[in-house]
Amino acid sequence: MTVDWSWIRDHTDDLTTLTLSHLQAALTAVALGLLISLPLAVVAHRVRPLRGLLLGLSNVLFTIPSIAVFVLLLPVSGLTRTTTVIGLTIYTLVVLLRNTVEGLDSVPAKTKEAAKAMGTRPLRTLLTVELPLALPVIMAGVRIATVMSISLVSVATYIGDGGLGQLFTDGFQRNFPTPVIVGVVLTLLLALVADALLVTLQYVLTPWTRRRRSA
Amino acid sequence: MYELFKDLGAWLVSGDQWTGPDGIGHRLVEHLQYSLLATLVAAAIALPVGLLIGHTGRGAFIAINLSSFGRALPTVGLVVLVFLASGLSMWPVYIALVALAVPSIVTNTYAGMTAVDPEVRDAARGQGMRAHQVLFQVELPLALPLIMTGLRLALIQVVATATIAAYVSFGGLGRYVFDGLAQRDLVQVLGGAVLVAAVAVVLDLALAALQRALFRHRPSAQA
Repeated sequence: MTVDWSWIRDHTDDLTTLTLSHLQAALTAVALGLLISLPLAVVAHRVRPLRGLLLGLSNVLFTIPSIAVFVLLLPVSGLTRTTTVIGLTIYTLVVLLRNTVEGLDSVPAKTKEAAKAMGTRPLRTLLTVELPLALPVIMAGVRIATVMSISLVSVATYIGDGGLGQLFTDGFQRNFPTPVIVGVVLTLLLALVADALLVTLQYVLTPWTRRRRSA
Repeated sequence: MYELFKDLGAWLVSGDQWTGPDGIGHRLVEHLQYSLLATLVAAAIALPVGLLIGHTGRGAFIAINLSSFGRALPTVGLVVLVFLASGLSMWPVYIALVALAVPSIVTNTYAGMTAVDPEVRDAARGQGMRAHQVLFQVELPLALPLIMTGLRLALIQVVATATIAAYVSFGGLGRYVFDGLAQRDLVQVLGGAVLVAAVAVVLDLALAALQRALFRHRPSAQA
């Protein structure tokens, strides 16, 4: 199996477009996933009876094959980017919800009591005490969700979208390996770079974890 | 929407749908065969690797990065790639499924091994236990809950992804998804998806029950 380098040279513009479209779908999904999972996680963390229900429901969603999720959305949103993004968002929800709940659980009760004793209101405690302390665990979830989304975008190629995934269908139909190899390599690179950027972001956002380690 | 669910119900309970080579019964057996075989092979590869890395502490870098690599690998691309290299056979599907399952099992096994209290390990060694006794009689039992979590996660992923076998013209429940997709028959697609999800949930619950049964003999860890 050899790579046809001239094909890559002739298609750099297409590859750039597909890469950007791939990235756009994955990142939009993670952003939407965060927007939805944060309030749900706070509810799951504070209202114990709802906790099992929310986490159980998200686990069931996770077992539905991604191909089916995309197709099942067709009557709702058609052969569009919206279908891809909704499908991906559903997958990010599982990871983000679980990690955010775990992160909130990991905040020591004493810390919360101290905030309460100082007269900090619940919403303020959540925003300035609980969420920052839960950040390392939440960020671990964001990293997993991002890498997973980037890899999953390709599945939407079955409904005519899928960013770099279109290279897989193209190569499969023409029995031509080069686009497939290029697609796999670019997907892996995107995931790797995104993950590295998120590690850097976490490093910047949680200075206190560094101080504690060096002390 | 209501009509769709009514049709789906009819599709799922109709007698003809369950029998014959295209029937749900046969597709279900195929799907289980792909999933269980792939998970078993993945476990046979991943468990020794995870135990070794956890026991010796060497290669931790690999264990940690493997999971992120496994998640990033686009399964469709992998299947097509192996398909183009090997021709029409089940190899692409099995290779892709095993590649999908190995990272979850390795990383969870490794995590379970490193979560064992070092003092417990030292105590076992202090009592004169040999390396393999420490590994199999102390570390492994203590790491088992996390190892089981890894196996459950891997199995769910494999069951959901085994759908892809139908993409390269093999069987399993993915047939309904891909055939329905080609024929624009939403009821069939929905039926396939519901069945795959049901299989994943049932298998996960079965493994959870097995896990509880395995730990019944052990007094609670806190005691």
